[in-house]
Amino acid sequence: MLSDEEITNWPEAETATAAPVIRADHLDLTFQTNDGPVHALKDVSLDIAKGSFVSFIGPSGCGKTTFLRCIAALEHPTGGSLTVNGMTPDEARRARAYGYVFQAAGLYPWRTIGRNIALPLEIMGYSRAEQAERVARVLELVELSGFEKKFPWQLSGGMQQRASIARALAFDADILLMDEPFGALDEIVRDRLNEELLKLWDKTEKTIGFVTHSIPEAVYLSTHIVVMSPRPGRITDVIESPLPKERPLDIRDTPEFIEIAHRVREGLRAGYEE
Amino acid sequence: MAEASDPGTRASAGGWPRWLRLPPVLGMVLALMAIWYVAVVPMNVKEVLTAAERAGVEVSPPSAVDRRDMGNWALVFRNTHALGNSWSSDRPKLPAPHQVLVELYDSTIDEELNGRRGIVRSGTLSNRSLVYHALVTLNATFLGFLIGALLGAGLAVGIVHSRVMDMSVMPWAIVSQTIPIVALAPMIIVVLYSIGVQGLIPKAVISAYLSFFPVVVGMVKGLRSPDAMQMDLMRTYSASTASVLTKLRLPSSIPYLFASLKIAIAASLVGAIVGELPVQKGGLGARMLAGSYYGQTAQIWAALLVAATLAALLVYAIAALERRTLRRMGMMP
Repeated sequence: MLSDEEITNWPEAETATAAPVIRADHLDLTFQTNDGPVHALKDVSLDIAKGSFVSFIGPSGCGKTTFLRCIAALEHPTGGSLTVNGMTPDEARRARAYGYVFQAAGLYPWRTIGRNIALPLEIMGYSRAEQAERVARVLELVELSGFEKKFPWQLSGGMQQRASIARALAFDADILLMDEPFGALDEIVRDRLNEELLKLWDKTEKTIGFVTHSIPEAVYLSTHIVVMSPRPGRITDVIESPLPKERPLDIRDTPEFIEIAHRVREGLRAGYEE
Repeated sequence: MAEASDPGTRASAGGWPRWLRLPPVLGMVLALMAIWYVAVVPMNVKEVLTAAERAGVEVSPPSAVDRRDMGNWALVFRNTHALGNSWSSDRPKLPAPHQVLVELYDSTIDEELNGRRGIVRSGTLSNRSLVYHALVTLNATFLGFLIGALLGAGLAVGIVHSRVMDMSVMPWAIVSQTIPIVALAPMIIVVLYSIGVQGLIPKAVISAYLSFFPVVVGMVKGLRSPDAMQMDLMRTYSASTASVLTKLRLPSSIPYLFASLKIAIAASLVGAIVGELPVQKGGLGARMLAGSYYGQTAQIWAALLVAATLAALLVYAIAALERRTLRRMGMMP
């Protein structure tokens, strides 16, 4: 279990270290299916630095979700190496290195919002008092204070997804992996959650891996945009965003933003034409 | 902030007001009663005509032997003048509804209040009353249901967690239900008797035999109901098998469990009654068989009616428990 000091220092994690948190080196993953092998990932090499916000974008079947699942040890690569905090993904999972947010909120209908967020804490053996304290803190972080006693069906889709983000933040994982978390939400809600996610990232200084279909979402959120293409799933471009850390929503109308979006679109098209 | 959806809109989707549901139910009951009364006439026509002949009424054909070979409806139409006692004959093949109700009253309220062995005079329930026999049956039903539900839930947990159990137990569970219980029940009783077990336990075993199966099937389905995403979420927490079971699988299975329990409790009652047939030591099953030995059809029907009422009450009780549990779990508004 974590010491008190680590817990109180949690929001100010160190950011300056240069060593990558996630390092993929010539990663390969082939699924054996009835129709023959499917090359889900081929020769994927990528370093993700601590505190960065990395988006994975590409058409369906490009392996972006598979790559995220490899980091989370939900899939096992068939070649190459992958380390998370210098450990294998399995070890990293046991060390509670990351929180994972799925496309659906996946809250348990029989638990209140507060008890849903406490779920990982219960499983990991936190004391009752600490569970309550952490639940209150992350609820405030995602602006859901006051909804602790509500059941999921009493909340809108956007609020449910925020609760699921809070659940992933409740234990002190440095890495947040998000698999199209806002994909099922309408654009207005999505915009607001994007803005809130950036604030949250700024406050907590976590390393975030974010899978998306949306070019504006990827450009708006990320420090690095990884463009991927399918058959076999591979990286075609890694774009480092020159946008400042402070990003109001209307930054999307600036020439810089449009230029990066253009480059992402070009990368996606190049992947298709090969 | 997005606003919380209004809980009120969900609760109102329940349908008709209660009093509007009554007329269709009553109409159905009346229609069944009418069919029953009509059916009583041809069913009892031979006995009624024989009795009428003895009383001096002219019937056609006059010979009982001739009548035996004739169709019931033909006799009814040839002797419409002599059918006055159809609904009040002493030993009817099919008693009229009011005869069953009178028998029901006599063997419950009247027997207990006024009978020599009734609870008012003797202080204990009369062994000639259906109240006593219903309680005997209910005892075995509850014990069997408890054993069956626990056994079923235990097997389901095993089946979900062990491939070996999945492959080995499930086929046998299915085979067990293909054997007619009336064939198996006497053997269970004989085998248990030979090792010195008799009375309540053999009946409960038969009840459990019938009731564990729906629980196994429902619970296996329920324990497997969490989708891949929910299982992945548990994996990202490195949750133990026990955690996944208690925090995800079991709560997910509750709605399935209650559906199974409703079937299981009704099956338990059937099991207990079947278990009482070979052993004439009380219970609704024993009453039914005794009634058939002595041609007391009204007694059989009265016992049947009590059994049906019990089954309805038991299923209703499970449904009430289900509503309460789901509401407390927050899965029902």
